[in-house]
Amino acid sequence: MSGYSMGRLESLAQITLSEEEREQAAEDLEKMLGLIGKLEELDTEGVEPMSHVLPVQNVFREDLEGEGGDRRCSVPSGRDGMFVVPRTFQ
Amino acid sequence: MDLLSLSAVELGKAIREGSTTAVEATEAVLARIEAVEDRFHCYVTVDRAGALDKARIVQRKIEEGQLNGPLAGVPMAVKDNLCTAGMRTTCGSRMLDAFVPGYTAEAVENLERAGAVLIGKTNMDEFAMGSTTETSFYGPTLNPCSPGHVPGGSSGGSAAAVAAGECFFALGSDTGGSIRQPASHCGVVGLKPTFGTVSRYGLVAYGSSLEQAGPLGRTVEDCAAVLEAMSGGETGQRRKDSTLVSREDMDFTSALRPEVKNLRIGIPRDYFGEGLDRRVKEAVLGAAEVFRKNGALVEEFDLGFTEYAVPAYYVIASAEASSNLGRFDGVKYGFRAEQARDLQQMYRQTRSRGFGTEVKRRILLGSFVLSAGYYDACYLKALRARAMIKTAFDRAFERYDCILGPVAPTAAPRVGEGLSDPVRMYLGDIYTVSANLAGLPGICVPCGTDGCGLPVGLQLVAACFQEKKLLRSAYAYECLKGAGKCPEEKNP
Repeated sequence: MSGYSMGRLESLAQITLSEEEREQAAEDLEKMLGLIGKLEELDTEGVEPMSHVLPVQNVFREDLEGEGGDRRCSVPSGRDGMFVVPRTFQ
Repeated sequence: MDLLSLSAVELGKAIREGSTTAVEATEAVLARIEAVEDRFHCYVTVDRAGALDKARIVQRKIEEGQLNGPLAGVPMAVKDNLCTAGMRTTCGSRMLDAFVPGYTAEAVENLERAGAVLIGKTNMDEFAMGSTTETSFYGPTLNPCSPGHVPGGSSGGSAAAVAAGECFFALGSDTGGSIRQPASHCGVVGLKPTFGTVSRYGLVAYGSSLEQAGPLGRTVEDCAAVLEAMSGGETGQRRKDSTLVSREDMDFTSALRPEVKNLRIGIPRDYFGEGLDRRVKEAVLGAAEVFRKNGALVEEFDLGFTEYAVPAYYVIASAEASSNLGRFDGVKYGFRAEQARDLQQMYRQTRSRGFGTEVKRRILLGSFVLSAGYYDACYLKALRARAMIKTAFDRAFERYDCILGPVAPTAAPRVGEGLSDPVRMYLGDIYTVSANLAGLPGICVPCGTDGCGLPVGLQLVAACFQEKKLLRSAYAYECLKGAGKCPEEKNP
């Protein structure tokens, strides 16, 4: 974590921590990175990274106009089938 | 007839034969929930009226001959990270407290098509991150075998519901052991299928390359029947999940023969060293002895790379989580923090208030390992370690049909014991995460107790797509030993 600020990390994660949370999170992260550091011992020279165990292919469908309907039934704020968000331009 | 003493398959048979009905079975489960749910808190949502309505419809179809499968009319519980149309799906999080999906997960839909009756949604660690079910926004579930202890997690509500007789079987999801470990702690059977066997469509994503939905039940036979019903289902134009594999051999119940002769079982020496509770070790090795005495070849071997599995897993799972949970920003689903002045502030306030501590911990870790400067050293390194772990298992399966070991280093911890130190908590996953990293099927079968009455589970792991070998071995063990029972009887 050296040279890495919690502020930057919070910004990447889109999370704002309270002072107390930040202190605890920094401590937890140090511990977790200590655990992860174990991997440094491993000689992985020449080994291909494996992101999926099996070959996977994207599933596509036709981009058809539809009602949306049910899929938006839990939108926190919506109007006329659209998402309502706070003002983005002043 | 005491319906609650039946297994799911036995109940299905009784319904088909007309000695009971789907409605009576549903009423029995609802009465049981009424009686004990306050003590165990297995569910986030119970839909009494909906369940009875569905049971009536299913019963009619059974009588008309439209439904005749093994699970027709059998009440089920579903982990609250599998979407259910019209029934809220919270993932144990404030973030999705009010989220009511407009569609049903493919795995659940497959079961409903087979006539299973959805009773409700079970409690879980928030977004499946945890191994105690204590990180749920809705409070902890308690272990029905000993309510001072946790049920394990993250599918703790599902495991506890099965153990307490609050359903006949339940669905869980397993990203790093989240079906097998709570099954072990609650004395039930839990099966994590080969990656790609069950559609992930409608399973709220956490670790996309690791997670699979699967069954928890009282017997191996129940789990085989449920897996058979929930698997696959998407073909041609209906394909929705890019990680679903086209498989033909999904008649899992056909593999249930109690045969262990010529079965080759490997016991990794690496799993029985420091950190494993003595009583757990004795129970698991006792199970190995049952196989050996009945004609299986059982031998120890060195698996290798065991100590790298937990670090690699937590890098990969956190990275995938930080990406997958990016969608929860207050715009499209559930919770939104009000009072934000602009969009950016709304995102951050929503996420800061909507997520609990453990979820934030993992999103932060995931963001770190994926960030510029650390991506190669952390994330790619973990993916390379994953490949090496997979190769070690491939080599082992050239010699063995199954690998036998513990599920967890100890029996269920006491409530409130484990959450403060993340590393200690993560190391508890040492025997389960490898199956997720390598995509392997694994099953937990009860094999004894820890000496204080808490259940201990045995884990069997097989090569990818070898569920039949896995189920046959587990079934044989169960038959030889007698099905595992929760120390506290089902009707306390």
